[in-house]
Amino acid sequence: MRKIFIALSFAALAFVASAKEAAPESADPALEARVQAVASELRCLVCQNQTIADSHAELAVDLRNQVRDMLRRGDSERQIVDYMTARYGDFVRYRPPVKSTTMLLWFGPGVLLAGGVATLLLVLRRRSRMAPENFDPDEADPAERPPSTP
Amino acid sequence: MKKWQFLAPLGLFVVLLGFLTVGLNLNPREVPSPLIGKPAPAFALPRLDEPGQTIRREDLLGKVWMLNVWASWCVACREEHPILVEYSRKRAVPIYGLNYKDTRPAAMDWLARFGNPYDASLSDTAGMVGIDFGVYGVPETFIIDKQGVIRMKHIGPVTPEVLRDRIEPLLKQLNA
Repeated sequence: MRKIFIALSFAALAFVASAKEAAPESADPALEARVQAVASELRCLVCQNQTIADSHAELAVDLRNQVRDMLRRGDSERQIVDYMTARYGDFVRYRPPVKSTTMLLWFGPGVLLAGGVATLLLVLRRRSRMAPENFDPDEADPAERPPSTP
Repeated sequence: MKKWQFLAPLGLFVVLLGFLTVGLNLNPREVPSPLIGKPAPAFALPRLDEPGQTIRREDLLGKVWMLNVWASWCVACREEHPILVEYSRKRAVPIYGLNYKDTRPAAMDWLARFGNPYDASLSDTAGMVGIDFGVYGVPETFIIDKQGVIRMKHIGPVTPEVLRDRIEPLLKQLNA
C-alpha cells in the first residue's frame, strides 16, 4: 500500500517542471553542464518537489558537489545514479525504474484509460441497438415553458 | 441485480475514501531507506570530545548500538534531546551520536547545556558519512546489530512512543 502511494506521488511530482537552476560552481562549463544534467535527474529529499539541480538546500549543494567529484573521477552517469539510489532509494530518481513495485505507476494510467474507452464503447453499442421505446420522449425544458397564469 | 446498481457510486466512493484515509495519513517525508538489512556503511571519524581519537565501524561490531544523527543547528534535535538523555540513563543500548555538519565548539557547547546522552559523538563536519547513511533530515536514528547491519531507521525526533513500540522490542530481539 505504502509503495503504491510513493509510486503515485512520483507520478504527481513528474509534472512539476523546473524553471530556474542554481548557479554553477566551477569554471569548467562542460563539466558543469554534465553536473546539471545528472543533478536534474535526482530528487532533493529535503524539498521533495525539486531536483538537486534546482534546490538550494544544503544537502542538495553537498550532493551536487558529490556528483561533480564523481564526474571528475571519471564515473559514468549510471554509476552516480546507482550511488544515490543505494543511499536514498528509488525515490531520488525523477524517472523511476520499471520493476514489479512500479508497474502500477508506469502502466496504471494506460490501463485506466483503456478500461474507460472500452466501457464507453460497450455502453454506446448497447444503446445504439436499443429500440426507440426504451428512451423517454423528448420533453421541453421546464425553464423554457411559458409561466402558467392563475 | 439491476435493483442494486444504484449502489455502485457509493461503492466507488467507499474505495476512494479508503485510499484517501491511508494516503493522507502517510508521511511523505518518511522515505523508506534502502539501507535497512544492509551492512552499515564504513566510516572512520574523529570523536567530538577527543578529536585525536578515531572511531571506525569495525570498532562497534559485536554489540547492538544506536546511531543518532544530530546537530546544534537542528531545531527538532532539541525537542528530541531530553528524551534521549532520559533514555540513556536506562543504559539499554549504547548511543553514538553523529554530529552532522556542525562545528566542534557549537556542538560541545550544546551538549554541555542540554546534557550528553551519547557514549561518544563522531564529528561528520563535511557531512560525507551522513550521505553514506542516506541522511536527509536531521535528527535520524539507526539501530545497528552485532554484525554491523542496519536494522531500523527512524526519521525525525525519537518520541517515547517510538522508543517503546519500535526500538525496545527490536533491541530485545537483537540482544536475545
